[in-house]
Amino acid sequence: MAVLQCNALQLRYTGMMPEAPPLLSARGVTKYYEGIPGCRNVSFEVWPGEVLGIVGESGSGKTTVLNCISARLEPTSGTVEYATRHDGPADIYRMSEPARRLLMRTDWGFVHQNPREGLRMGVSAGANIGERLMAVGARHYGNIRQAATDWLDKVEMDTGRMDDLPFTFSGGMQQRLQIARNLVTAPRIVFMDEPTGGLDVSVQARLLDLLRGLVSDLGLAAVIVTHDLAVARLLSHRLLVMRRGEVVESGLTDQVLDDPQHPYSQLLVSSVIHP
Amino acid sequence: MAEDGYNFAYLDEQTKRMIRRAILKAVAIPGYQVPFGSREMPLPYGWGTGGIQVTASIIGRDDTLKVIDQGADDTVNAVSIRKFFARTAGVGTTERTEDATILQTRHRIPETPLGPGQILVYQVPIPEPLRWLEPREAETRKMHALEEYGVMHVRLYEDIARFGHIATSYDYPVRVNGRYLMRPSPIPKFDNPKMDRSPALQLFGAGREKRIYAIPPHTGVRSLDFDDHPFEVQKWEDVCALCGSGESFLDEIVTDDRGGRMFVCSDTDYCGRRREAGHTGPATRDPEGSGA
Repeated sequence: MAVLQCNALQLRYTGMMPEAPPLLSARGVTKYYEGIPGCRNVSFEVWPGEVLGIVGESGSGKTTVLNCISARLEPTSGTVEYATRHDGPADIYRMSEPARRLLMRTDWGFVHQNPREGLRMGVSAGANIGERLMAVGARHYGNIRQAATDWLDKVEMDTGRMDDLPFTFSGGMQQRLQIARNLVTAPRIVFMDEPTGGLDVSVQARLLDLLRGLVSDLGLAAVIVTHDLAVARLLSHRLLVMRRGEVVESGLTDQVLDDPQHPYSQLLVSSVIHP
Repeated sequence: MAEDGYNFAYLDEQTKRMIRRAILKAVAIPGYQVPFGSREMPLPYGWGTGGIQVTASIIGRDDTLKVIDQGADDTVNAVSIRKFFARTAGVGTTERTEDATILQTRHRIPETPLGPGQILVYQVPIPEPLRWLEPREAETRKMHALEEYGVMHVRLYEDIARFGHIATSYDYPVRVNGRYLMRPSPIPKFDNPKMDRSPALQLFGAGREKRIYAIPPHTGVRSLDFDDHPFEVQKWEDVCALCGSGESFLDEIVTDDRGGRMFVCSDTDYCGRRREAGHTGPATRDPEGSGA
């Protein structure tokens, strides 16, 4: 399903479309924590409009990789290049700090597993959504408010709750708010760390539905870290399977999940409990 | 005459030099918070230890000092600090705004416009305007360095969303010289326009937080706002009950326990001098009809 939604990508995979430059490319990303490897020699590309899933067990280095490629954790070695709008591909750890921080709050989004980390809990939902707009210079209250209303609507939240504080919201609503807050500046790539973790299954299903719709409507690229193979199957076009800090298998999602080649991938797929 | 046993203006000369260096740097970078080695002073934190150190470092033998607290010359804090400098530096003191060369203030800017050559010293409790939005000092410094001030507007947005207008009424954030975001200390926003292009030098001292910052004379100071919610100062429906002024910052005073109240100028020097000049207010004009 997910693959069918994005025909342009399919064409690329089948070699029928000329190569456009990748949006993000990681080459040999390695991170050691005080000598303990977090991830080793991870290389991949993310193309515009593509959703890449990273799956693996706890401690396999998924989040380390995500942090390394989203400028939140400098890798010990290896490079991460991002295709900037104006200057073409640039190493995100070599560019100036103001440029990198601007990129992080305009062109990128980061959705945390725990919405408390990604939200400003002391201010209303509307202010949370408006913050990025104000950070890039929006100074018209009415326009900011209108954008916040539009986004609450897009993430299927009651616009009447706009002036309520985030802690009065349920977990699923907080997660929606966090997504709206990230998407308001029309980013080109969104990094998500277990976006549906900690939510019950029916809320999870609705959130996944919403995410899938937003990603395909907006032509967003996304990197989604998850341990939940169902989430990966539903959202991602391509999959990386990680184990002990290394990528053991990669390929189209359906390919990896339906015909796993590596013993660990086979174990992972066979461990899913079907009710 | 100064009392024996103290160095001139209490602080030792090395400390004064250190503070003067910080002040020079602060003047060179308007609005930038310069760290300095704040000393223990013979009064508690929060009573003006920052302002008193700044004053002690810049005061000379021929200076005339005025100290106000909430606009008044006769409150405990103002009286004590004035007496402190009279004893340790033997300088002349005054209550008349235009006669003073150095004015130390807490929570107000005098109504009488300041002129060139005068220095206004503010006592600052918390110098960092981003503090309640970002608790990490390293991060706020970075935000200042990179001019990332959008988050300050989040606070103003929140005010409008909650109250329908910008409800922040004191310590209202300003941009100095189009660059640094600054807390003007807890003065009412009524006084913010007085900071803009003032011919006087304005120095800010925070003793507990160990920061000094400054607005050089004739420097632009802009209060933050939204395009569709412009900055506005407080207005009153009443005039001063004593001098009848409709332009000054008014304090509300409860006069009895049956709802009686009156509004008077917070700047006692301004109000007193207007009365001397023959101005009257509702209470001084008709003593029988006021209050009760």
